[in-house]
Amino acid sequence: MNLGEVHVGQAVTIQNVGGARGFRRRLMELGLIPGTSVQVVAVAPLGDPLKLRVRGCTLSIRRAEACSIDVSGVNGAAQPVAPAATMSAARLEVGIGV
Amino acid sequence: MTSQASVSTTVSPRPTVVIVGNPNVGKTSLFNRLTGQSARVGNYPGITVERLVGTLSSPVRGNGLAPEVVDIPGTYSLAARSPEEQIAIGAILGLFAHAKPDLVVFVVDAGQLVRNLYLALQLVELQVPLVIALNMVDEVTDDPPNAASVSELFRVPCIATNGRTGAGAQELKGAILDALDARPTGRAEVAYPPELKKDRDRVADALPKAWRSSVERDRALALWALSSVDEDDELSDIDPTLRQRCLDVRNDAVGRDLDQEIIVSRYAFLDAHERTLYQNPIARAQKERASERVDRFLLHPFFGFAFFILAMLLVFQALFSWSEPAISLIEQMVVLAQELAGKWLPEGFFRALLTEGVLGGVGNVIVFIPQIALLFLFIGLLEDSGYMARVAYLMDRIMKALGLHGRAFVPMLSGFACAVPAILATRTMERKRDRLLTMLVVPLMTCSARLPVYTLIVGALFPKTFGWFPVQAGLMVALYVFALVMTLFCAWVLGRTVVRGRRIPLILELPPYRLPQLPIVLKMVGQRSLSFLREAGGVILVCTIALWILLSFPRIPSTANVTNTANIADSAETLHAQENERAHLQLEQSYGGRLGKFLEPAIQPLGFDWKIGVGLIGAFAAREVFVSTLGLVYGIGDLDDEALPLRERIRNERNPSGGPRYTPLMGLSLLVFFALACQCMSTLAVVQRETQSWRWPAFMLAYMTALAYVASLLVYQGGRWIGFT
Repeated sequence: MNLGEVHVGQAVTIQNVGGARGFRRRLMELGLIPGTSVQVVAVAPLGDPLKLRVRGCTLSIRRAEACSIDVSGVNGAAQPVAPAATMSAARLEVGIGV
Repeated sequence: MTSQASVSTTVSPRPTVVIVGNPNVGKTSLFNRLTGQSARVGNYPGITVERLVGTLSSPVRGNGLAPEVVDIPGTYSLAARSPEEQIAIGAILGLFAHAKPDLVVFVVDAGQLVRNLYLALQLVELQVPLVIALNMVDEVTDDPPNAASVSELFRVPCIATNGRTGAGAQELKGAILDALDARPTGRAEVAYPPELKKDRDRVADALPKAWRSSVERDRALALWALSSVDEDDELSDIDPTLRQRCLDVRNDAVGRDLDQEIIVSRYAFLDAHERTLYQNPIARAQKERASERVDRFLLHPFFGFAFFILAMLLVFQALFSWSEPAISLIEQMVVLAQELAGKWLPEGFFRALLTEGVLGGVGNVIVFIPQIALLFLFIGLLEDSGYMARVAYLMDRIMKALGLHGRAFVPMLSGFACAVPAILATRTMERKRDRLLTMLVVPLMTCSARLPVYTLIVGALFPKTFGWFPVQAGLMVALYVFALVMTLFCAWVLGRTVVRGRRIPLILELPPYRLPQLPIVLKMVGQRSLSFLREAGGVILVCTIALWILLSFPRIPSTANVTNTANIADSAETLHAQENERAHLQLEQSYGGRLGKFLEPAIQPLGFDWKIGVGLIGAFAAREVFVSTLGLVYGIGDLDDEALPLRERIRNERNPSGGPRYTPLMGLSLLVFFALACQCMSTLAVVQRETQSWRWPAFMLAYMTALAYVASLLVYQGGRWIGFT
């Protein structure tokens, strides 16, 4: 499973950070290393980028890059999802289908 | 002293302190607390990254000078792949032509301790004299970290501060002065894997002599090089032997992941000690921050965009309308000064040079200040509150499609008012390529200086309505839409050709919302306006004078009988008419007038005659000058924006066969030309200043003029082909 597939509100554990060298180095320097827990807090209203919460800090990366981050098992219950976030996530899925 | 000189390697007796930290940790507030009124905005040479310098406002000990304090751009790590990122390591160690500082003050956001300490750990490894400021510790209510424990972990002084309230600032100043004597360098034992240690030492062996120091520092520098050097990095001044060694070591490390080994080892160290850093070492619940609740509204698909549009309208309205009174006041003061100088000085070349050239040029520079100040005020508030990052977050999808950075939105919007502040506003983007692309297309937006020109041409050559259709109003709207479409199109094309850069994935921190600190924002507004006057003012002034000479020389003899009506009783009206006639002749005879005539064959295919040509040359001072230059060409004299007589003249001008000289088709061609051409030397001057090169302004002038020429040609010749005249 990769981070791009995680539903809004779910927290997962990072297994491996992929992507271009500069990008993955910067992400790891921000603390997104294997074993770290990361939560997808929201998706931007236009469907991209994602809003993440990791180590008490809020970061945003695009879905394309989130797909290069391998994560494992949804740990902990999905937190209550903000109505706004669900709406945009639903719209994004429609957008991809088109 | 210029900013350029102060970054060079000259030895100064004044000790230097650099302030380092992650972005959004309150570094600049703290810097202002430390330096009081002495802060100045400068630039790093070669790249427009702002450099804040001041002197420590504290009683000096002994007979030394007060230390100089430099605020370097916020960064998450010292590892670098671009010249912008390279500033941090250079400014901290005194490499790459930076002066070597005597002390580093590292500012930590107490709310995000571990991530911040990652950079602190790099500084400790590099053995730089270090003081840590544990900032905003009073904002962490549930379990604040403990300054004494941080100090103990790294064995360097750590002071709890709050740059927003000023708490701890005095203690920090004391600690800085102490540390300038004691030079505490700290210690931290990160357990790197044995293979990595071997790799690190291999790289350390290849360090150039000038970089070598203690064993610990060499090792840390080797890790920096190993993290930063790459086949296609954009770093400058890396020793070729060192570069090759880094690449060799990376190639030899088959099946291993050096970047991850380094970073994971450091985080393992920090995570292992994290619990010791807090006053109540209990597991901290991940509490939802207040910012999350605000975000739920401000990033909402409906309310979020509604708020965004309102905020942007406010910025636009301010630049467009609120700046108007200040701009007219400046213009009136310049006219007053010109009149005064005219009264006091004897007539002649010197008076003309002073009033029309120099004072006119000064006016051309300071007239930008109201809009620049307002824009920087809004940008300061947006950045300080944390909303600017949200603008990038909301707009990223759209801006990415155009090849632009999310943060380019505010500069682009400002371009509707004036390109000059908009280009200065591109500094909010870190990457040179993003800044450059935005700068190159922003002047295509319909700025307010185009309006008087549009009003004149549309008013003179187009009917108010055609049937029920409001032609004039419709045309104005069409011009705005046309310019916007062309801007986005050019961004798309240029981003794939001239300023093609590797696509850098977005990593955007959404910092917690904070109440902006108005005094600091205002201080920065003042500093940035001054830095515009200092650095771009000169070029604009020189260009204005050059243009004035072009349009006023060679002088025609003052005794020349300009018309055969000169002997008629000289009522005030005829005198005025004579003066206008003289000015008209003067302009026609000037180098500019001759150039206009010389250019006529080139612009004839667009439907323009030499008079328009002279107007276009004059419009380089500023587009709205087109109106007054054209007024002079027609001998009507100085005009205000309500150029009714000029409108009549344009309408009544005949061609040799007796038909109207200027037709709606030619008007449309001229409008298109004005929409696209780079008729503004101030814009070019600012681009020169921001890119520190003449290449980019030259390219901008060339591409915009070519675009304007081709588009006007298509409109005019296409229109004629269809059957319009």
